Amino acid sequence: MKYYILIVACCFINIVHNQNCDSRFYGEVHDFHDGSPIIAATIYIETLDKYTTTDIDGKFSIANLCDGKLTVSISHLGCETKRLDIQINGDSFYVINLEHHIEELNEVKVEGKTITKLTKTSQETLLKTDAIERFGAFSLGDALKQISGVSSINTGNSIVKPVINGLHSSRIIVMTNGVRLQDQEWGIEHAPNIDLNTVGSVNVIKGADALAYGGDAIGGVIVLQPFNVSLKDSLYGKTIISGHTNGRGFSLNSSLTKTYKKGWYLGAQATMKRFGDFETPDYNLTNTGLNSKGFSIKSGYKTFERGFNIYYSYLNNDIAILKSSHIGSIEDLVNAINSQQPLVVEDFSYTIEAPRQDVTHQIIKADFYKRFKKFGRLQVQYDFQNNQRFEYDIRVGDDRDKPAIDLTLKTHTIRTNLKVDSKSDRTYKFGLNVGYQNNFANPETGVRRLIPDYDKYDAGAFAISDFRLSEKTNLNFGLRYDFSRIDAKKFYLTSRWEERNYDADFSNIVIDDLGSQLLTNPVFDYHNISASAGIAYKINDNNSFIFNYGLSNRAPNPSELFSDGLHHSAARIELGDLRMKQETSNRISGTYKYNRNALSINLEAFYNHINDYIFIEPTGTELTIRGAFPVWSYNQTNASLLGLDVTANYKFNEHWLLNNKSSFIKGRDLTKKQALIDMPSFKTVNILGYSNKKWLQLNTELQSELVLRQNEFPDNNFDVYIPTIDSEVLLDISSPPPTYHLLHFQSDITLNLSKQTNLNIGLNITNLFNTSYREYLNRLRYFADDLGRNIMLQVKFNY
Amino acid sequence: MDTLKNNLKSTFLILLSTFILTGCSDDDNPEVVIQEEVITTLTATLVPDGGGTSITFKSLDLDGKDGPNPPVFTVSGDLLADTTYNGSMEILNETESPAEDVTEEIKTLDEEHQFFFQATNSIATFTYVDFDGDSNPLGLEFTLTTSATPGSGTITITLRHEPNKSASGVSDGDITNAGGETDAQAIFPITVK
Repeated sequence: MKYYILIVACCFINIVHNQNCDSRFYGEVHDFHDGSPIIAATIYIETLDKYTTTDIDGKFSIANLCDGKLTVSISHLGCETKRLDIQINGDSFYVINLEHHIEELNEVKVEGKTITKLTKTSQETLLKTDAIERFGAFSLGDALKQISGVSSINTGNSIVKPVINGLHSSRIIVMTNGVRLQDQEWGIEHAPNIDLNTVGSVNVIKGADALAYGGDAIGGVIVLQPFNVSLKDSLYGKTIISGHTNGRGFSLNSSLTKTYKKGWYLGAQATMKRFGDFETPDYNLTNTGLNSKGFSIKSGYKTFERGFNIYYSYLNNDIAILKSSHIGSIEDLVNAINSQQPLVVEDFSYTIEAPRQDVTHQIIKADFYKRFKKFGRLQVQYDFQNNQRFEYDIRVGDDRDKPAIDLTLKTHTIRTNLKVDSKSDRTYKFGLNVGYQNNFANPETGVRRLIPDYDKYDAGAFAISDFRLSEKTNLNFGLRYDFSRIDAKKFYLTSRWEERNYDADFSNIVIDDLGSQLLTNPVFDYHNISASAGIAYKINDNNSFIFNYGLSNRAPNPSELFSDGLHHSAARIELGDLRMKQETSNRISGTYKYNRNALSINLEAFYNHINDYIFIEPTGTELTIRGAFPVWSYNQTNASLLGLDVTANYKFNEHWLLNNKSSFIKGRDLTKKQALIDMPSFKTVNILGYSNKKWLQLNTELQSELVLRQNEFPDNNFDVYIPTIDSEVLLDISSPPPTYHLLHFQSDITLNLSKQTNLNIGLNITNLFNTSYREYLNRLRYFADDLGRNIMLQVKFNY
Repeated sequence: MDTLKNNLKSTFLILLSTFILTGCSDDDNPEVVIQEEVITTLTATLVPDGGGTSITFKSLDLDGKDGPNPPVFTVSGDLLADTTYNGSMEILNETESPAEDVTEEIKTLDEEHQFFFQATNSIATFTYVDFDGDSNPLGLEFTLTTSATPGSGTITITLRHEPNKSASGVSDGDITNAGGETDAQAIFPITVK
């Protein structure tokens, strides 16, 4: 901008001047970060076809130039080439700063080329755009299962939560476009509100080592990066349409982005998805359709030195939940488990009826950044999220159309990050964040609140340093402190209050006694310290190691603290505990990478010791006036998780490849000396791929997915009295389903329509042989089989 | 560029003040959730046909479906063998004062409700006395006939909301295909002598 004003000013002066052709253009070229001179940079005057190079002090000089405007390009190996319009008016001196750290240029690079890992010393996996686009019609959890060690915990097939090394929900941070997603992520039936079509790439970091995002990610961090915008005058877009046989569904997504060389950009994107009832090989899954609508707009100004971004996104998911999963009492549950058949099977329909959930998530974000010469980059960001969640249960009478759960969660966050990168061998990152969150549980539901009204205040600070000791060794240290306060107003039934012995421990928080109910005001403060240390060592070109240690703490979430009463959509009584303490995780991990010629192997091992691990498990039944219901209670124990994730790739030749991804995890309850509940079982995926660039860039692969039965599980089975048959029946709520093996096929071709446009056509078949199976980590496994075959045809048009 | 900076600054200040203002939420206490169709008490009064001692079965669960306390089932006495009793049901919500008589509501919405009676060890049989507008059974009024021989077992009384009264066996009092929602269920230990 300074140059620009100068040039404009000079232009006016220049008009009245006589032409002078003895002028000299001279100056110095410096590294933007540390101000050091750049040697042997090329200075090329495009308009005159003259060039020179800088000397050992970064200086240059070109003589015998006429006064006037010149276009100069300055280039250097490992630097972004800089083009400048300069004004020569007599001898003219310029200092030119070049950006030397190629890996940090992501603000100004062309789309798709600068997707990089975020850490050097963590167990991190990167999914690029093509790997995500295939899942545009599905959910984040489905897409992430491509990564060894990542599985999912499901409620049916549309509510999919990612599980990283056995941990999920509040133990995973999902960052989308720089915003930490706050969408009531505590519940198993609360899937992340993400439209994959807004995502350019995904970084999954296992464990809590990426402290910049939060200190409580005991499981890991999922960073969803937006598509990069390029610094050139351009208008481009993309449309993806897919059709599916299972669920008779379609998905449509379209985006358009306009960019300007000066740095301005404007983009918009919209997605629509519609599915009807899905089917297993043998029957329809009645009431499992979904209707999803979303859009986002982004705009901003980006240059290397400074810029800002504004972003808004809207996503609404209306998801039907299997009708057979609605149980009126424990007798229905016993019948469902013992019959192994869904109670309700009706003809195919697109209708979405209760039980269902209707969730709307909105994000507004604004951020500003500036780079300082010889120092680093400062970023300030504000974001606001509004999460509106309705859960509709099958209800009768006047309550028929009323939601059973109506929660509004509003979150404001301000965060600032400072990255000091003036030295090429070390980088420091500092950050501060403050947040305020308010949850409102609407009393109009006519159902006692499962999650109370609360205010939550957060503040955090971190410092991370990265050192490059040598070409072979990278070190990382991080430290973080978080404070959080939760201030809730909750009604307890007096009988529950006494049953839990809260009257002995928490009598001071009772603020109103309504006879059968007490209004309480629990206020809890949590101080969390987290730390990480990692080293990456490259033995030679073929072998490298990463070792890492991470300490993290997680404060209990509102569900773990406050749940009490019948959760209608799950037909179970869920009980939290006000006495919950923080979880503390100590995780050590080691990674070995081998890469030589055609073979690459990546082994990731970890041991995670979690003190006061919070989990929910079935603990018996409670008899009420409406019959008996199973009780699930949150408990704490000391736990250990031990696992190994394998990724191996072998290329036979330029066409054929073989790939293996396997993960093994063992979770132990160290206090009770038994297995932990809800741990993913051993899974191995083998892929045989063939690709040929000459055949319309054909890619095909045949995928074999083998999931073994989980043989290590706690036995929480109990006997239930069924009055209608006057006998005790065993409720087998624990036994995992048997081993299953599925085959999948996928293929795609690309047609280049013109230089700028291409058409990609993909055919994917999942569960090729229409195999019947049930998955241990699907909460609806008690009621019905999992999905049968699906044939998907996807057309992708880039323009 | 300076205007851009200023714009950013003011935008940020606005955002900051929104943040602070919304941060100062009011300290009002949340409203109590008013639950509809709460049932705490189910009472069956049995009067022997031809006179004698009336027997009452009562189920009382004052903390309702969310509370930890189980319902208390009481039976005022033993039933006599080979006897027909004329039964009537009373359903109350005793969380309110005075107690709300839910029986009236069931009577008004008779097509949406049905009682089901089951006995183990064949200690008793039941017949419906009252019917809804569609001539389907309701069960606020019923007869209970005890077995000819003495014995003991349980009698289960279930009130279903919105059962499918036209499903197979439902109008004969078989709950198997009834569907709907259980409003109340009570299990009474009974001796027939």
